[in-house]
Amino acid sequence: MITQEVSSPKVQVNRVGLTRSDYRGLPSTLCQGCGHNAIANQIISAMFELDVVPEKVVKFSGIGCSSKSPTYFLNRSFGFNGLHGRMPSLALGALFADTSLKGIGVSGDGDTASIGMGQFKHLVRRNLPMVYIVENNGVYGLTKGQFSATAEKGLTLKRQGTNPYMPVDICLEALVANATFVARSFAGDPKQVKEILKAAFSHRGIAVIDIISPCVTFHNQENSLHSYAWGKDHEMPLHDITFVPPREEIYIEDFEPGTVREVQLHDGSTIMLKKLDHDYDPTDLFAALRVLEEAKQNNWLITGIIYVNPDAPTMFDAYNLPEEPLNRLSQDRLRPPQDTLEQLNRVFGV
Amino acid sequence: MTTPQISSPLKEQETRSTVVNDFCITVATINGSGSATANGILLRALFTMGIPVSGKNIFPSNIQGLPTWYSIRLSRKGYLGRIETDDVIVAMNPATFLQDLNYLVPGGVLFYDDSIKMPIPREDIVAYPMPVKQIVRQADVPANLRDYVANMVYVGVVAQILNIDLKAVQRALTVHFKGKQKAIDSNWAIIKAAADWAAANLEKRDPYWVEPMPAPEDRILIDGNTAGALGAIYGGFQLAAWYPITPASSFAEALGEYAPELRKDPITGKHTFAIIQAEDELAAAGMAIGAGWAGLRAMASTSGPGFSLMAEYLGLAYYAEVPVVIWDIQRVGPSTGLPTRTAQGDLTFAYFLGHGDTQYVILLPGNVNECFEMGWRAFDIAERLQAPVLVLSDLDLGMNMHIGQPFEYPDAPMDRGKVLWEEDLERFLNEHQGQWGRYLDVDGDGIPYRTLPGNTHPRSAYFARGTGHDEFARYSEEPEVWERVLNRIARKMENARNLVPKPVIQSHPNAEIGIIAYGSTEPAIQEARDLLAAKGVATDFLRLRALPFTDETTEFLRGHSRLYVVELNRDGQMRQLLAMSYPEYATKLRSVAHVDGLPLTARWVVEQIAVMEGLQ
Repeated sequence: MITQEVSSPKVQVNRVGLTRSDYRGLPSTLCQGCGHNAIANQIISAMFELDVVPEKVVKFSGIGCSSKSPTYFLNRSFGFNGLHGRMPSLALGALFADTSLKGIGVSGDGDTASIGMGQFKHLVRRNLPMVYIVENNGVYGLTKGQFSATAEKGLTLKRQGTNPYMPVDICLEALVANATFVARSFAGDPKQVKEILKAAFSHRGIAVIDIISPCVTFHNQENSLHSYAWGKDHEMPLHDITFVPPREEIYIEDFEPGTVREVQLHDGSTIMLKKLDHDYDPTDLFAALRVLEEAKQNNWLITGIIYVNPDAPTMFDAYNLPEEPLNRLSQDRLRPPQDTLEQLNRVFGV
Repeated sequence: MTTPQISSPLKEQETRSTVVNDFCITVATINGSGSATANGILLRALFTMGIPVSGKNIFPSNIQGLPTWYSIRLSRKGYLGRIETDDVIVAMNPATFLQDLNYLVPGGVLFYDDSIKMPIPREDIVAYPMPVKQIVRQADVPANLRDYVANMVYVGVVAQILNIDLKAVQRALTVHFKGKQKAIDSNWAIIKAAADWAAANLEKRDPYWVEPMPAPEDRILIDGNTAGALGAIYGGFQLAAWYPITPASSFAEALGEYAPELRKDPITGKHTFAIIQAEDELAAAGMAIGAGWAGLRAMASTSGPGFSLMAEYLGLAYYAEVPVVIWDIQRVGPSTGLPTRTAQGDLTFAYFLGHGDTQYVILLPGNVNECFEMGWRAFDIAERLQAPVLVLSDLDLGMNMHIGQPFEYPDAPMDRGKVLWEEDLERFLNEHQGQWGRYLDVDGDGIPYRTLPGNTHPRSAYFARGTGHDEFARYSEEPEVWERVLNRIARKMENARNLVPKPVIQSHPNAEIGIIAYGSTEPAIQEARDLLAAKGVATDFLRLRALPFTDETTEFLRGHSRLYVVELNRDGQMRQLLAMSYPEYATKLRSVAHVDGLPLTARWVVEQIAVMEGLQ
């Protein structure tokens, strides 16, 4: 266990002996007010509150504004900023090296829904255990404001004209690819972002979180669903989310009976979903598909945990791997003994 | 098939003396009819009899119905390259019957399925009909298996007439069906019935005979893809990603066949590897490179079109300094090209792969033993250099069966390169004033030290990226930092010259000219060298086994007045690379290059060199 000297007794230390600052990254180089920065901060808070050991996390990203953000949190975690749209394969290969590590991938709407759609959907269908965050703002920021595949039809931007195409709904794509955890949130709702991140991090399987994260420079028009103003006006949470780690007892009296739905995750933690207007069951795939379609038709920004299946087998379950990380196995466990080669020579010989 | 390169048939019947163990049998069948098994049995039986033999499958990109050919060359002198004419044809496909006959030498033999009711337009050959349907019907084989075993009729008839040892055929069946008695029995029933029928009904009128030869006991018969896969298994591969593609699929499939047994963890009994069929080659490369970054011995196997897709990721691996091994089992390009035919056309693509300045170590296995050896050694080189290693095999080497020596157990422990785990990093920091940088060259060889995910030392983590970075893996756009890092990587890659296999050199007394080649073409070239020597042209020979070039190649170029670079591509790609690397010798280099999808022949090489040497 790594212990960090704590300079002042007032600094809050979590159960692994770390302070919040141990989860920090480098200063952000994104625009002031960018939704992505808010998300990075919530990742820091969630990891601190979950008592995660940063060395047990590996960060991944593709290319784009979103993909820069893994350097803004968890400095003490390994990370790999790979290729545009190709984060899933990179993460998949890397996480096989040590299946006790937890992956956090940060992608964007261009990275996931355009160039990376294929890898995204295949990662989801394989149910690789990792958190896959899409920081979704509907535009290409680094190349200065072109439409992305999640931009709504009819959206008009200053230099781009009007978008003629239907948008890709990342949550729907994840659902039909058999994702085992699908959530949507809004960077302007930090508390919800944090609770969803905690639940996603405790989920055993792929956890896709589509976070509407406004681009303050190229796309923050009040009438567009990827803006702060629109999000604040149209956000319709499915529930109030409280994440309860496995070690904490749940005091059910905190919640009014009949108003709370519990989902037990694989690691023993629980998501407490307090009913709002909807009586929504996030373990019901049909309900999940319906609520997304309804939101589209009614122009709502539905947020919350849309679908969760805590017990589906993961990709690792399909492989008969030892518990010890593959990347720590010594040569005597990797190179078959000499007599086996002599046997093969006999098989292929005369 | 191409127009046959034979002289016009003799007018009068030539009386031929006995020909023993020195002829070519071509079996013409319909793709998907199960002939691969029958051909493999014939090949292995001849191999078992001690005869130097090679088998080349000329097959269509098709599952069922199109013509396919399998040529077996017996050569008591050990010439195992392709030849363009046939001494014996086994005709099972009416669609190509007449065309196939064009390849038969005068005095040659035709075995044909007697359901082919066509006049035979050649009078200078010996023809034997085979009552395939009748023999299958009368044999003791369940009706539902008859279609699968019909090709065994020609195995039995050909064995009987050419004197192939039926015991050797039986042993080949056992090897092929891995001891599955039911399959062995039903196939043997047909072979025996066919051989008996031939003994009773056919009178031998041809001069071709097979006789057992005293051969060294220690030989194996295997395809290059299986050999390479076994090499990777003994090299400790831990993650292999692939996407189905001819002619590389059998590489990954061989991993899947042999690894589960060979790579059970001695402690837990679990598998110490993962094989993943990816959604495409972009992802296959990504998975392998993610795994290589995280400390696994990682690889992908593919062919040209897939290799093109992998270019993107390999550039990242080069610049982020990630070890990975990629096998390219070459087929004919550009584009989809000829998916089931062989070539050496990916060489310059591999050499220059990716945008920006890159360099790759390229290994060039020339036979099944080198497939095995490079299978494991590639990982040592990749991990030592923290760089991609590309292994360029081809369809002929990869998918056809070749005779080799027994595989040699790796003669060196695994080289995992400069990796720092927790205690290593602690020691490193103590020895280096508390300083470690992922891309910091402390040894002066350009090779930095790397840490791997899962390392719990609080100083171990770093952020890898394909964007500009400094020695401490920090993002940087500084001009001098960019140049310093990229130049250091070039310096690092210079170490490859001491790690790659040296070329194989064979000298001939008084040779003025040299032949340079690589990969699967050596058998044809060795035969060509003997034919050239008989014409009075002595040649030295250098077979390249890797890029970058090493001193031996420099010396070879310096020491010859004319150098013929023989290869299976249009543009003479190795010649281009040699001319670029050795401009001072460029004018001595002559290209002997062509690509038509078929393996090289000695005749073509001799013809080309003889013309350029002014002999013809």
